Amino acid sequence: MTSDEIIDLVEMVVLVAVLVAVGKLFQRSKASGRLGEWWNSKSRVEQWAWLVPLIAVVVLIPVINPPFLTTEPGTNFPITMFNCALYALVALGLNVVVGQAGLLDLGYVGFFAVGAYVAALFTSPDSQLSKIPYLWTLPLAMVVTMFFGVVLGTPTLRLRGDYLAIVTLGFGEIVRLLATLMPPLKGNVGFQDVGHPPGTKADGGALFANTNGTPWYMLTIGIILIVLLLVGNLERSRVGRAWVAIREDEDAAEMMGVPVFKFKLWAFAIGAAIGGLSGSLFAGQVSFVNNQKFDVPTSVLFLAAVVLGGSGNKVGVLLGGFVIAYIPFRFTALASYKYLIFGVALVVLMIFRPQGLLGARQRLLARGRQAYQRLIGRPEQLSSDSSLVAEKAGDSA
Amino acid sequence: MHHLITYLADAPWITFNTGAFSDQFWASTFDGLTYGSIYALVAMGYTLVYGVLQLINFAHSEVFIVGVYATVFALNAMGFGPSPVYPPMVVLIIDLLVAMVAAMIASGLTALILERVAYRPLRKRNAPRLVFLITAIGASFTIQYLIFVWRGGSNAEPATIMFVPDPVFEVFSTIIDSQQLTIFIAAIVLMVVTDQFINRTKFGRGIRAVAQDPDTATLMGVNKERVIMLTFVIGGVLAGAAALFYLMKVPQGASFNGGFVLGIKAFAAAVLGGIGNIRGALLGGLLLGVVSNYGVTLLGNSSWTDVVAFVVLVVVLMVRPTGLLGESLGKARV
Amino acid sequence: MSKARLTRALALVAAASFALSACAANSDNGSGNGGNNGSTKVDIPVVTNLPVSPNAAKPAGDGKGKCSGVSLAYAGAKSGANAQLGINILNGVKLAIQEHNQANKDCQVKLKEFDTEGDPGKAPGVVTQLLSESDIIGMVGLPFSGESKATGGAIDKANLVHITPSATNPDLTKNGWTTFYRALGNDSVQGPAAAKFITGKLQAKVICVIQDDSDYGIGLANAANQALGAAAQGCQDKVTTGQKDFSATTAKVINAKADAVFYAGYYAEGAPLDQQLVTKGFKGTFIGPDGVKDDQFIKQAGSASANAFFTCPCVPGELIPDFAKAYEGVSGGTAPGTYSLEGYDAATILLKGIDSGIKDRAALRDFVKSYDGDGFSKHFKWNPDGELAQSTVYGYKVQDGKIQYVGTIS
Repeated sequence: MTSDEIIDLVEMVVLVAVLVAVGKLFQRSKASGRLGEWWNSKSRVEQWAWLVPLIAVVVLIPVINPPFLTTEPGTNFPITMFNCALYALVALGLNVVVGQAGLLDLGYVGFFAVGAYVAALFTSPDSQLSKIPYLWTLPLAMVVTMFFGVVLGTPTLRLRGDYLAIVTLGFGEIVRLLATLMPPLKGNVGFQDVGHPPGTKADGGALFANTNGTPWYMLTIGIILIVLLLVGNLERSRVGRAWVAIREDEDAAEMMGVPVFKFKLWAFAIGAAIGGLSGSLFAGQVSFVNNQKFDVPTSVLFLAAVVLGGSGNKVGVLLGGFVIAYIPFRFTALASYKYLIFGVALVVLMIFRPQGLLGARQRLLARGRQAYQRLIGRPEQLSSDSSLVAEKAGDSA
Repeated sequence: MHHLITYLADAPWITFNTGAFSDQFWASTFDGLTYGSIYALVAMGYTLVYGVLQLINFAHSEVFIVGVYATVFALNAMGFGPSPVYPPMVVLIIDLLVAMVAAMIASGLTALILERVAYRPLRKRNAPRLVFLITAIGASFTIQYLIFVWRGGSNAEPATIMFVPDPVFEVFSTIIDSQQLTIFIAAIVLMVVTDQFINRTKFGRGIRAVAQDPDTATLMGVNKERVIMLTFVIGGVLAGAAALFYLMKVPQGASFNGGFVLGIKAFAAAVLGGIGNIRGALLGGLLLGVVSNYGVTLLGNSSWTDVVAFVVLVVVLMVRPTGLLGESLGKARV
Repeated sequence: MSKARLTRALALVAAASFALSACAANSDNGSGNGGNNGSTKVDIPVVTNLPVSPNAAKPAGDGKGKCSGVSLAYAGAKSGANAQLGINILNGVKLAIQEHNQANKDCQVKLKEFDTEGDPGKAPGVVTQLLSESDIIGMVGLPFSGESKATGGAIDKANLVHITPSATNPDLTKNGWTTFYRALGNDSVQGPAAAKFITGKLQAKVICVIQDDSDYGIGLANAANQALGAAAQGCQDKVTTGQKDFSATTAKVINAKADAVFYAGYYAEGAPLDQQLVTKGFKGTFIGPDGVKDDQFIKQAGSASANAFFTCPCVPGELIPDFAKAYEGVSGGTAPGTYSLEGYDAATILLKGIDSGIKDRAALRDFVKSYDGDGFSKHFKWNPDGELAQSTVYGYKVQDGKIQYVGTIS
């Protein structure tokens, strides 16, 4: 190993250790649960009051360009941040499928690809289709991928979980292979000059040029916030409760009258739509789409983001997405080891910390906070074990 | 939307080359059987582990690719390389057997290590299935990129040519060459031996017992941990043999991610035949090999094999998720 | 069945089945059932010396350069699947800067390296960073056409002149960029040159043109097909990136009884294709462009590669003894590779500009625009688009397990 690699490795370990420590602060355990308890004792309004400045800081990060976090002089920092935000969005979508409904989807990159190709087909001059403004491709991509999600989900969601994983893996590969084999999708040659949102800079250049990361980053953060709100509301609704029930015990859920298949399909389709949305954002920023980016390793990186952050926990997976995208940009000396690092990380995580950095919160009551406060006079005690920890209640980690 | 569909559908991107298909029907059948017997050997590994643990050993494709590398290194050490060499027959046989044993040892060891390091801790904890699968994916990545880093990049290893295939005899005016015949016969024999091993020996009975009911088997004095280890090792050994045959067919086959697609196809074969069912793996492998080869001839590009294999997998799971011969290793006749 | 018996049985059957293969192997290499036109092997002698213009510009210059605080950049692959090509260029650039800085004590030019992994998705972030560093006034790169396309507009806006030593897509100079210069002939020069070489010097009558699915392969195949005309009409095929099994393609070639195969693509697929062709009894020649000309081709195709010729707009830098020796000092012992000399020449031109007193991007761009002088690889003078006024294509062949130069072919 060279000295650069050692420095990067040490810094990466420090970063991950800090993240794990922060994750611990939010855990339930007696010694270090203060922060989690404090947070849960706040009402939703108070929580938002704390969140707004935090969001402001997050939005302004590419402009602040903090010294230790910066990825310069390797890669422009705002562009790195856009990639991180994009992975966070992807992780958020995949989390609906994997974390909330407990369906293992290994072909998520397929939906991502479909979204990217929708954006390319309708905005790139290399496509013979009539063009539409770029921003319209975002909802269109969601509709199209949702359709794919339903088509793929209807026959396969009746299968056992591990079969589903392999079928989705196959789906991801079929999408990539069709992109290679179908001439209208232009294989390796791909589509140049994919569109971007309108707007010009002071110097007359496009605001959303592929070299200008900040606006792309802010757009993505905006979309993440909207998706977070929607997904959060779903989670607290009947749908969310049904997902948790299915994830924890499908048979029991079925017995209790939960229409298991219907809710699984919903989770699958919603996840697919978010995947498509992120795909079209990716296509817009890179402004080039070909068949080389949508392979299985990428799909596994997406999954690694969810598992690392904490499957089932929205904030956790956002963090996971950020970290997974960030590491190769920041620790460039380790770039060629990135898949090796993530592979080892998956195994180690599953053996020692299956709940990830932040575990899932199993909040089954919509107004749990108030109810707990009234009933037992202290904040809700949340379990941070995700469905991944153990099958039998008796021997949780 | 309508616009999009017409754009994609109107283009003549899919042409059925029926002429070539009928001309080369028997040739693609025989070649398909050759590939199919390789799929079947790898599929055995999936099926055995699934039968005993109900676990999709996603990393089995890497167990296989380690075998391919072992074959390459063993053969290179014995003087085989990108240019054909013509040793006397006896020497060639011994060389190939040595290479096969090397591959079997390498793959078997990899499978064993995988079981000890990645899966056993999870079993101890009674982890849910998803955790096993994610671990398997992680392990698969780890092995792939260890090879990537070790070999200094994504370049495939130089070709290793064992012998130049020669025509042996003709059926339906199609030449069958020595390579096809070697692979097919050796693979079938290996599988029959495995089948007999599972059915007739004490170890085999242990495997079947654990597959049927692990708790009762343990009570009856079967050492479950040992059975699981043995299952992984048998799967690995068969993958090692498959590695030699694969390299015979694809001399540049040793690349860090070269196992992935073959692994998926073998898994599809296992599901097609009925996962957990050893004879099903054989049938599924041969069938998948032939069908995907027909796809290539009919559609005129070998990239279609993968599409055909995936579509077969999805369709089988939709129509008959238990596969052609039905699931399970423990039950019935296996 | 006991364990020992099982092992014995296993060994026995395996041995029996291998016997079949060995019979075949022993019976001479007579599998020549793929009949082709009894192709007459043409022998083109190896050329071992390369005439270099006596006026070729050296990075050292006159040793009187004065400058401070200026940098040149290299942007291209340093890691990833395509790293080797980038490293060849980078070492050429490094050598030029090292020679310059040793000779010019008052002008120490810094080289800043940027890794794009050759990925058009990754390049914009890297190049944006590069453009924001104002001490960089010139750049060598980017090596690949895809990444050049993705970043050319932004570089043009920032007025940063860049000379690509290897991006050969003809459309790159049609974007109206004023900062893009190409130090070699593009694919529309190489395609016809290859066609001429195949039908002329190699005397092939029936030719198969196989293309991969990249922009590069498709463009080259089109250019070659136009020049080949009827000779290649009957035999065309496509392969995909990552393909390993070429039985469909080899069947086509053998059926067409071709004398020559022109493969427009990269060595990763070209090597197994050539090997499988030869194994199936193909006796003709195999011709590949610069994407196939790589030592990896010989490594992977083995003795089958003996039938291979290459066309390349790149100059055999290894034939210039002084350059080759100095290069090995920078590269840690490896000989100059494809495009090393082009990288060296490109850096030399930029260094000459700096030595002439230029301190800013716009002036260096104008310097390159009006540059007219000899380099080690060729004469450099560009037309307004950034294409060389004249460019040459060079021929190579595989002999004794090495890629050897056989003279110019256009």
